[in-house]
Amino acid sequence: MTLPLPLSSALAGDEVLSVRDLTASLKRVVGGSYSPLWVRGEVLQCRAHTSGHWYFVLRDSAAQVRCTMWRTYAERAGRPPADGTEVFALGRPDVYESKGELQFIVTRMLPTSMVGDQQRALERVKEALERDGLFDQARKRRLPLYPLRVAVVTSTDGAALSDIITVARGRWPAAELWVIASRVQGDGATTDLVAALKRVNRLDVQLCIVGRGGGGREDLGAFNDEAVCRALAAVRVPTVSAVGHETDVTLADLVADLRAATPSAAAELALPDVRAVRRLVGDLGARLAGGLSRRTRLASERLERTGDRLEAAMETAVARRRETADRLGAKLDALSPLRVLERGYAVPRDAGGRVLRRRADFPAGAPFTLRVVDGDVAARSE
Amino acid sequence: MGETSGGPAGKKPTLADELARLEEIVRRLEADDLDLDGALALFEQGVACLRSARERLAAAEVRVRTVLEDANGTLRLGELDG
Repeated sequence: MTLPLPLSSALAGDEVLSVRDLTASLKRVVGGSYSPLWVRGEVLQCRAHTSGHWYFVLRDSAAQVRCTMWRTYAERAGRPPADGTEVFALGRPDVYESKGELQFIVTRMLPTSMVGDQQRALERVKEALERDGLFDQARKRRLPLYPLRVAVVTSTDGAALSDIITVARGRWPAAELWVIASRVQGDGATTDLVAALKRVNRLDVQLCIVGRGGGGREDLGAFNDEAVCRALAAVRVPTVSAVGHETDVTLADLVADLRAATPSAAAELALPDVRAVRRLVGDLGARLAGGLSRRTRLASERLERTGDRLEAAMETAVARRRETADRLGAKLDALSPLRVLERGYAVPRDAGGRVLRRRADFPAGAPFTLRVVDGDVAARSE
Repeated sequence: MGETSGGPAGKKPTLADELARLEEIVRRLEADDLDLDGALALFEQGVACLRSARERLAAAEVRVRTVLEDANGTLRLGELDG
């Protein structure tokens, strides 16, 4: 029996894949086609391997899929769920090449019942904070223009801090960042955050950035906590939240004076660009110098004008005084006895020089002299 | 290591206060209703603001410090590694 012809002709024209090539190709297609997604299902046969990885099946009434949860993620998920537990699982589909199996690689898993409880708790907190006005736009403060000391409440080993430092280095090297270390997720995060935010009020800072890097939604719990939100609202200086989640808005985001999507964005929004500030200071310096020199120029011009006026005033005063002197001189002149004699009057005097004024001063035959303008004339009364 | 000031902020003028003051001084100096003595006094104040602002902006590198609380509840500043 020979092989049927169609196959031989196919062999001649087409490439033949190995099984490995096939599964590798499937893995590429499946693995490259999905971003992480949430799947709701019931957990079955969840086994924790000695390596720490979990293997289980997720199913609903119509279908099922094999699932793997690597140790790093399994450790955070607590205990393996019992059969029949309904969960939300976050993950991405993949192909397990050596077995040619489709599987779902899970990174987070939450019992749906817990999510329901969390949601209800969140709503309760939100209502309470809203009632107390913690979300009011009216209580939002403006960020300081040039914060030189900035409190940063975050974990010291997360990316958030190094992101903030990097941006600060580029934009605002004048800043001092005062880091108040706090766990930002998991056990103790709430207590830490409350204590850290209270410490901010004991520090001489102008601004407070509180945040963490990106993460899953359930990791944001501390930033939805009522005590944390109230401590944030009580921070004396303006606050910026940077919870590192583009889509989920936490209650802390609503309480903060400004919400930034990421820690880098928070630093960019909160810190001025030092080059612009140096330019501003330079401009003000130039205007200061310009203002003074203009002022001194005006003053010297004014002084000159004043001098001119003074001179003019002096001239007027002198001229007026000269006129007065002339007038007085003329008057004095008019009163001079010589002027009277010039007009034809004469003054009779006796030998002793006494001026003779009355009839009785002239007895008959008595000699006297008459003073006229150009000298004395001898005379005798009759 | 340094002791942090425990009291409220704002005893020393902030950079924003200083720049606002400087701007006001410049505006007044540019206005016409000022005698020379007043202008000189303002100018001196302006120079002081300017110098202080420049000093504050001169820092070449961001300083990162950690806030630590010791056993009796006093806050201290430590240098952060890296």
